[in-house]
Amino acid sequence: MHSLKVIWAIFVKDIKVEWRSRETLASMSLFGLLIVFLFNFGFEPAREETLRLLPGLLWIAFAFTGILGFNRSFAGERENQCLEGLSLAPVDPGAIYLGKVLANLFFLIVAEAVIVFATSLWYNFSFLPSLSWFSCVLFLGTLGYVAIGTIFAAVAANTRMREVMLPVLQFPVAVPVFVGAIEATNGALKGDAPGDYASWVKLLAGFSVVFLVLSFLLFEYVLEE
Amino acid sequence: MPRETPHGKAGLELREVSKFFGDLEALKKIRLRIEPGDSLLLYGPNGAGKTTLLRVLATLSRPSEGQVLFGGEDIYRNAARTKAAIGFVSHATFLYGELTAFENLEFVGTLFRLDNLEKKVRDVLDRFGLGGRAKVPVRELSRGFQQRVSLARAFLHDPDFLLLDEPFTGLDAQAAKNLAGLLRELPEQGKTLVFSTHDFEQGAAVARRLVVLEEGTVRYDGELSSARLEALGIGR
Repeated sequence: MHSLKVIWAIFVKDIKVEWRSRETLASMSLFGLLIVFLFNFGFEPAREETLRLLPGLLWIAFAFTGILGFNRSFAGERENQCLEGLSLAPVDPGAIYLGKVLANLFFLIVAEAVIVFATSLWYNFSFLPSLSWFSCVLFLGTLGYVAIGTIFAAVAANTRMREVMLPVLQFPVAVPVFVGAIEATNGALKGDAPGDYASWVKLLAGFSVVFLVLSFLLFEYVLEE
Repeated sequence: MPRETPHGKAGLELREVSKFFGDLEALKKIRLRIEPGDSLLLYGPNGAGKTTLLRVLATLSRPSEGQVLFGGEDIYRNAARTKAAIGFVSHATFLYGELTAFENLEFVGTLFRLDNLEKKVRDVLDRFGLGGRAKVPVRELSRGFQQRVSLARAFLHDPDFLLLDEPFTGLDAQAAKNLAGLLRELPEQGKTLVFSTHDFEQGAAVARRLVVLEEGTVRYDGELSSARLEALGIGR
């Protein structure tokens, strides 16, 4: 029960910090928007090409947007060594991890919503017919990505070249999430029957659970000097 | 079960503790017992190992060799119990700049499961003369006031052990005097104080026991009043 309070307290703290600094969400959204805008400007895809390109394009935008968010998430904890301050508290280190996951998930989903909305305008593409399954895939893919990104951002936070280290450490591990998310997004946007891409959705769900549990258990060692 | 002293509180003990940073041996087989009610000044030149020793006691840094015991039990066997009993002030403030002093302490209090949190936060803010600045974001406070919030953070959960690394840093004369008075009262309240300072006079006005560290080893451990300061290279 106390762990739930800790998770919530860390989430609320991160939201308050972001509300006052307005650094993370703005930079994440702008970066994602820039990617989808430049892609549209460079390729000017026709309607049928859009459907083929969109899943990959969206997840490229989400991947780079996420990197920015994860880095910012622990930049705040590095300042005044707040992460050490957190580890002084008599709480389960896994709860600290889950609190950071919840905050990162919130920020990335908000940024993704902005990117998806802008994409629908610039590419003249309606997500409404497939919104429920698309949202489900988006959530699971984002959860898996955030589960990985949060623990690797915490690891990278203690290294000298942290901005470079994070993508180097994280992207190879996140490949299954992106493959699964792109395939499932493709199926959802094309309006395929959910059964056709259910295996990819299961992969995303399984990967998310495995990484959340592993990271929850290992976060204690990440916090150590 | 952790072993407790006749005072009813557990003590801290370092057994042959060494700490390496690469090839550098910051602590060399340190043996030290800290009893409940101790008021201990850690003194020594830069690089003597004072900060490392305090970080090891605070569970922030695991010893490379040896053991740290709390009530006779390894501190990592029940780390949560040890952490709940310790208040730590470091060179860094551990504070979120965007949050106010009140919000920072409220957040920490939630992590420490404190009841009547709002009252406790207000009390500790008043204790450190921060009542009027409770709603100011920490980023906008001066270094001295940030240090006070950092001290308030360490005192908030009423810990039995206070480990303070250079607690007087940034404080003006009046605030330093108030803090010294507060620290002097701690042993009478059954609290244990371990602190470091570069200002020996300031430290000696508070502590009863002196531990002099030099190049990671204990050069002197005993009553401050009976220490031969000149022999230790400490000019008064």
